[in-house]
Amino acid sequence: MSTEPAVVSQRESGPSATDGERILELSGVHTYYGNIHALKGVTMHVGLGEIVTLIGSNGAGKSTTLRTISGIERAREGTIRLKGRDITNLPAHEVVGLGVAHAPEGRRVFSRMTVAENLDLGAFRRSGPDVAADLARVLDLFPRLREQKAGTLSGGEQQMLAIGRALMTQPSVLLLDEPSMGLSPILTEQIFQIIGEINAQGTTVLLVEQNALMALNVAQRGYVLQTGKIILSDTATNLAANEQVRQAYLGEI
Amino acid sequence: MRFRLPQRINLVSTILWGLRIVVAVLVLAGSWATLSSGKLSPDAWRELVVFGIAQGSVYALIALGYTLVYGVLFMINFAHGDVFMTGAMTAFFVARNFGESGFLNANPIVALLIIFAVSMLTSMLVAIALERIAYRPLRRAPRLVPLITAIGASLFISNSIRGIYGEQSQTYPSIDALQGRLDLFGIPILKTQALVIVSAVVLMIALVYFVERTRTGRAMRAVSEDKDVAALMGINVDRIIVTTFAVGGLLAGAAGILYALVFNEVDWFMGFLPGIKAFTAAVLGGIGNIAGAMLGGLTLGVLESVGPFLLLGGANVPSPNQLRDVIAFTVLVLVLIFRPNGILGRSEPGR
Repeated sequence: MSTEPAVVSQRESGPSATDGERILELSGVHTYYGNIHALKGVTMHVGLGEIVTLIGSNGAGKSTTLRTISGIERAREGTIRLKGRDITNLPAHEVVGLGVAHAPEGRRVFSRMTVAENLDLGAFRRSGPDVAADLARVLDLFPRLREQKAGTLSGGEQQMLAIGRALMTQPSVLLLDEPSMGLSPILTEQIFQIIGEINAQGTTVLLVEQNALMALNVAQRGYVLQTGKIILSDTATNLAANEQVRQAYLGEI
Repeated sequence: MRFRLPQRINLVSTILWGLRIVVAVLVLAGSWATLSSGKLSPDAWRELVVFGIAQGSVYALIALGYTLVYGVLFMINFAHGDVFMTGAMTAFFVARNFGESGFLNANPIVALLIIFAVSMLTSMLVAIALERIAYRPLRRAPRLVPLITAIGASLFISNSIRGIYGEQSQTYPSIDALQGRLDLFGIPILKTQALVIVSAVVLMIALVYFVERTRTGRAMRAVSEDKDVAALMGINVDRIIVTTFAVGGLLAGAAGILYALVFNEVDWFMGFLPGIKAFTAAVLGGIGNIAGAMLGGLTLGVLESVGPFLLLGGANVPSPNQLRDVIAFTVLVLVLIFRPNGILGRSEPGR
């Protein structure tokens, strides 16, 4: 676990000695939807091998942050670095190739395609024998569902498929947007367990969750986003104990 | 629940049911009058049906271009009829040359393949240019904007061809090997029509294989379902969109030659009516649906060929065939009223 409690709206420095362990780094990122200023200078980082969670209320900009990292939205200001490399202006299909997978909010599996086709699309940019091996391994999770259309799966199965599909891109960083949305408590438990396992196998995870309690449980560090700005940044344990966080995001749980 | 009944029978549904009954009565009365008059021999009917299938194959190939582009961009490419025309017009000069030099009749298979290739490549290049120049810059514009651009592009392309190749219509040279009839299970079929139908079927099988079995085809289906997620899989969405236009162009170019085989004459305006009819066919089958475009094209082709004689033949209309366009567009209107999603279309809420 990272032990440094970060300071609010701390300005992260440019390339320096500590960059080696920062796999993903956002500094002063501004994103707009038309005239709507969605991200107002987001600065954060994810260390190699960490699970970092981004919590905040509806419309705070959590999904926008992930969408900006993966290149679906373009940042108007600021920089995003992956392993030290500037990826701010790269289109989404190139960001994937560099090792960022994004399982978007609402799962968004290709519902008119089979489970196998969905997973195969995750490996769209890959080739070679290990693709088949990976596919076989992930398909083992869905033994009976291989040829089933993804649209006919249950919510939990669709979420598993969305994560499996993202893993097929062989990411070094996995961006997960609301993986527990609409799932029963038991399924949510399972999904979080899987997130832990994925991380244990060496994938860095940036997790966006409404279910802040669960997210802070599995993560090492967290950021609190409010109306497009990071207002708090600390270890997960400290955030879970923070009075402000408890009132705003853990209150009803 | 009796008290709710008056609400459910409203004016619109009364009118629609009235319309249904009127259409059904007209169709039945017309058909009965024609069939009982015995004006047309069974051979003549068969001739009409085969012609309809040949014509429908051409519509189907063009309709596939509309439906593929709609599938990825949710936009009607109204310049697609002109993409079809450019291929046939350009390949005409190659065909005329081959005809004059005698190559066309000395080696008809090779000559036809070259003519097909020229037409398909021309249409493909025009379709690619159309997407790059006219539509890509408008990718994030409101949906009405590319629609208007498409109409502008249609006028631009057709009038450019008019300026380059001239206004007069051109007649494709005839191929000796395609004269006369072919005996197919005892049914004599014009060789040109047989070639048209076979070529169209081969191209449709190739298209289905491409979309269902290849990597690019799968990417195309992914883009048509969800562009953002397709990009997250590493698919270059812009490249898939331009590929879709290219495939539509190839099919339209082939359709141009098939059209020339059936009708012989080509001119700068030839893209207009077939283009709109193919659009009708795509809507009839269910826009965005590949099988629907094929089915819609064939249905429209046969309806248009058989319909006028069947419905009006008995009413002593002097030349029912002149009313084929009326039948085609009546079908469009009826489909839009009664089954806006088409024969095979699924309803897509929010679109």
